[in-house]
Amino acid sequence: MKAEHTRKLIVLAAIWVALLLAPYWMAPLGGYTALATRVLVLGLAAMSLNFLLGFTGVLSFGHAAYFGLGAYGAGLTLKFLALSTPLALVAGMLLGGLCGAILGLLIVRRRGVYFAMVTIAFGQVFYYIAFQWSSLTGGDDGLRGFSRQPIDFGAFKLDILSSANSFYYFVLFCFALAVGVMGFILRSPFGRTMIAIRENERRSRFLGIPVERHIWIAFTLSCFFMGFAGALYALVNNFADPRGLHYSQSGDFVMMAVMGGMRSFWGPLLGATVFVVLQDYLSSVTVNWMSFVGLLFVLVVLFFPRGLLGFFQRSKA
Amino acid sequence: MNVLEINNVTKRFGNLVAVRDVSLNVARGELCAIIGPNGAGKTTFFNLISGYFPPTSGSISFDGQDITRLATHERVKRGMARTFQITEIFPELNVFENVRIAAEVAGGYRLRPWINRAEAAKIHQHVEDTLKLVGLETKTNRLVGELSHGDQRAAEIAMALSLKPHLLLLDEPTAGMGDQETYQITQLIRRLHRDSNYTIVLIEHDMRVVFHLADRICVLDQGRMLAQGTPKEIAANEAVQAAYLGTAA
Repeated sequence: MKAEHTRKLIVLAAIWVALLLAPYWMAPLGGYTALATRVLVLGLAAMSLNFLLGFTGVLSFGHAAYFGLGAYGAGLTLKFLALSTPLALVAGMLLGGLCGAILGLLIVRRRGVYFAMVTIAFGQVFYYIAFQWSSLTGGDDGLRGFSRQPIDFGAFKLDILSSANSFYYFVLFCFALAVGVMGFILRSPFGRTMIAIRENERRSRFLGIPVERHIWIAFTLSCFFMGFAGALYALVNNFADPRGLHYSQSGDFVMMAVMGGMRSFWGPLLGATVFVVLQDYLSSVTVNWMSFVGLLFVLVVLFFPRGLLGFFQRSKA
Repeated sequence: MNVLEINNVTKRFGNLVAVRDVSLNVARGELCAIIGPNGAGKTTFFNLISGYFPPTSGSISFDGQDITRLATHERVKRGMARTFQITEIFPELNVFENVRIAAEVAGGYRLRPWINRAEAAKIHQHVEDTLKLVGLETKTNRLVGELSHGDQRAAEIAMALSLKPHLLLLDEPTAGMGDQETYQITQLIRRLHRDSNYTIVLIEHDMRVVFHLADRICVLDQGRMLAQGTPKEIAANEAVQAAYLGTAA
């Protein structure tokens, strides 16, 4: 028990050191800081999805909707309301989270395939709204004409707009905050009821857990995290894309989570890293990059059903 | 006072009447066994009591309050706990974690995003006491899915007990067990009843277990309550012998 605890701490420390030093070790390996920033943001999105998928055991195939809503929320705030990065992040998170809370009420009575289908359907509704409402969202061209703003701390200004490193650390700070909250919830009595529902819904019900209400809360929390990640993504690109709401994007998030290992907290981050880095590298070589990522996904699912992280954990043990 | 009062409940599934006009009162501290041939409606009757589905007609009250239409989790909150014929547990969690979830829900912590040291210590103590009661105190770190059948059943009973129920419903607690395990579980139920004074309703096929444990036996046959009485009365009842015991002997 004690050895296992120490090992966990070492792994945790290694993850954070790697993330903290990413701008320094990425460049010599042929990467660049903005790539690391993308990994963090999409990793956070995959972890948010996995909060629901891996720890409550329900599969949402429409989570890109709340990611995209977060992006539009942040973009529209910067474009029309206020030139404030923190405000944009909060607005994006609220838009994604509140829409998730409302739709969640309709979704949580379904299970399994039906749950996934209903989440897709609602997700597509938002996609078509963003696609059609050109005057507000820019339609197919996406939302342009805004950019992240330097953050004024009074004594000094953090220039996250032109300095890639400053922006990376700002995103890392946001990432740490969100992931910290997520981890905290999962270790709480509420988090344990989520795992109970994943493990055995009937037993959970007969222990006195109102299962639908708990799934709704988990779904809503997951949408808030997703909205937050989406808002960060709008800041990364200074752009919000209707395709960010599309169900194929939801599929990408599910792939990242499953590929990395949905039973582990950090698995989806690893999945997102592999996905984003492969996409970045392969898309410069071939337009069919997705075939290769898909092939890898199939191999992982066939041979390491617990994901890449599950495989590494087993080989270490 | 009666913990459970069931008045004339009927449950239909389409044309099938699974439970027909059954009434049953269970007094505090009583151990009542429900027996009957396969398909007699025993498990359906249990599902009605625990709120898995509502009855077609009739009423059920628990601790003097009408619960006929209440959802399962509401009944649990009022002090009803149940186990299943096929053990329902959290197989990938260890014994301690299984029971802790139950204890935290029962303690009213289920929506809490944090738990302080004193509360956690109290829960911890409660879980350990419960595990000791069912004889699993040496296996707290084992995954429940890897335990023997009898120990899994004991873990399920521990989860039910940690809810501090006024009424314990056990659906075939010795189903599929060997003699040794059956003996263990029977002794456990006996201790819970005699020493800890739990009110228990159980369904059981094993007549040795039933006659050893029960204060009162209810015989269901084709959805109807055929007879109720002490083990002696039931053993002497001719209708019961014809419908059930006769075929077994």
